[in-house]
Amino acid sequence: MPSLLQLDQATIRFGGLTAVAELDLQVGRNELVGLIGPNGAGKTTAFNLITGVYQPTSGKIYFDGRSIAGSPPYRITARGIARTFQNIRLFPSLTVFDNVRAVFHLHLRGDVRHALWRGQGFHAEEKSISDRVMELLELFQLGKFRNEPAKSLSYGDQRRLEIVRALAAKPKLLLLDEPAAGMNATEKVELTRLIQFIKDQFQISILLVEHDMKVVMGICERIVVLDYGVKIAEGKPDEVRANPKVIAAYLGE
Amino acid sequence: MNFRYAKTVLLGTIALGFLASLFASRINPYWLFIFYDIGISIVMAVSLNLINGYTGQFSLGHAGFMAVGAYTSAVITNQFGELNVFAANAIFAVALLAGGLAAALAGLLVGIPTLRLRGDYLAIVTLGFGEIIRVILQNLDRVGAARGLSVVHGWTNLFWTFGLGAVTVYVVASLVNSTYGRGFIAVHDDEVAAGAMGINPTKYKVTAFVVGAFFAGIAGGLYAHAKQFLTPGGFGFMQSITFVVMVILGGMGNTVGVILAAILLTLLPEGLRMLAGIDHLPGLAAERPLGWIGDTRMIIYSLLLIGLMLTRPQGLFAFRQQRK
Repeated sequence: MPSLLQLDQATIRFGGLTAVAELDLQVGRNELVGLIGPNGAGKTTAFNLITGVYQPTSGKIYFDGRSIAGSPPYRITARGIARTFQNIRLFPSLTVFDNVRAVFHLHLRGDVRHALWRGQGFHAEEKSISDRVMELLELFQLGKFRNEPAKSLSYGDQRRLEIVRALAAKPKLLLLDEPAAGMNATEKVELTRLIQFIKDQFQISILLVEHDMKVVMGICERIVVLDYGVKIAEGKPDEVRANPKVIAAYLGE
Repeated sequence: MNFRYAKTVLLGTIALGFLASLFASRINPYWLFIFYDIGISIVMAVSLNLINGYTGQFSLGHAGFMAVGAYTSAVITNQFGELNVFAANAIFAVALLAGGLAAALAGLLVGIPTLRLRGDYLAIVTLGFGEIIRVILQNLDRVGAARGLSVVHGWTNLFWTFGLGAVTVYVVASLVNSTYGRGFIAVHDDEVAAGAMGINPTKYKVTAFVVGAFFAGIAGGLYAHAKQFLTPGGFGFMQSITFVVMVILGGMGNTVGVILAAILLTLLPEGLRMLAGIDHLPGLAAERPLGWIGDTRMIIYSLLLIGLMLTRPQGLFAFRQQRK
């Protein structure tokens, strides 16, 4: 079976700088892949390539068998790739509930006319959306904050809410950009459990960018290592850990 | 909140406006015109609030859209002579709609090329657009150029102003208070995140501009047939600023607050004018003891605005801390 996400020689240059060079990357269905590398290795740039924030200078990106290079971000999300951000980007003035609800417009059957006419169909649909939003929030213990503005949540809860918001898009592939950043040891253990739980519960693929080795080694089935925009290693956690190139990249020679 | 009874309230308000218009002949014409002004300000401020408040775009060209609607509807109704009440109202409805559509088209034309701009840059482009409209009208002999355009029919009444005010509030509130409409606020908060969540920011911004411009055009039509005389200078930059002030004073993205601010800011200059006009106060010898208010009316108005902004930057009527 072809992989869900496939990057073929994806390259992006900013002026003279090649941020990501000829990257080959595959993510299979219901697979959890880690993308690691030292600071400035191009991990987030690779994310931005996949999600359409940047267009590749050359190379191809396929998702679910179709090319997505050149599509705008909102269309790629509709195809089934949802993401979180390294520095949390919730909608701060919306409530916790509305942050998730806003994403549900992807699954709306009616359009603007529906909202303007406000007939039975509209109210029924809004009710069903509300139920599904609450179900998601409860699943991640955020239900009690439903009417709080998103910006008033604690840091850890905001991170979790961002993941919930991404899941509301019903993605086939979830991209997590450094979800453990700024977390303490206990929170990291919880996060590891959470990611495992999401993968099992929703049966989706996850691509994880992370600095923290413990988190990555603990849960990823396969790891891809980037350094200066080039893939230097790929394999199972143990293989990668023992790879001299990886050690050199992280610790220096 | 989904406002289950929104449609009932809308129809109720329109009916009330109709009843009020039947008794219009008993209302002092001075007050009648102030009521028209209030209704028009509500339409302008609430529609601008969709653009500036909810969607977070900074438009300084709302009076330009109003001018497009005013002149379009006036040119249409000026083709007709005296008509019976039904024909007059039917023609008026068509003219208002045409004015709204012309303004919406202008909104689309401004929107598409400019909406990649943000913040200050967008403000400057919309400001430029407003000025272009004004200058075009000033040089268009067909509509009287700088001499102005007389509007034959004074068809604006309480039914049309308050009915259309209610429609504007209904449409904006319905748009925003729905799953679809949370997208406007999402775009306001974080465009990149909105895009990553499947929301097309450009589409939402253009929608806000087109809907906002449409109602500004309708307000222009009401204005034209209330004042019965249009000059390009009446739709200048200062006029746009007045509506922006209403939106900011009411609290960006707070429809009730913006309605109250529109009422207050329309009444305030009139109230000051009235104070100044009082001829005699018991116990005071001077003929017009408060006459100085007349001379300094606009200064007092400006000082009040500064004071309000210093003491309530979140908006005068923003009681809920829900939005920033």
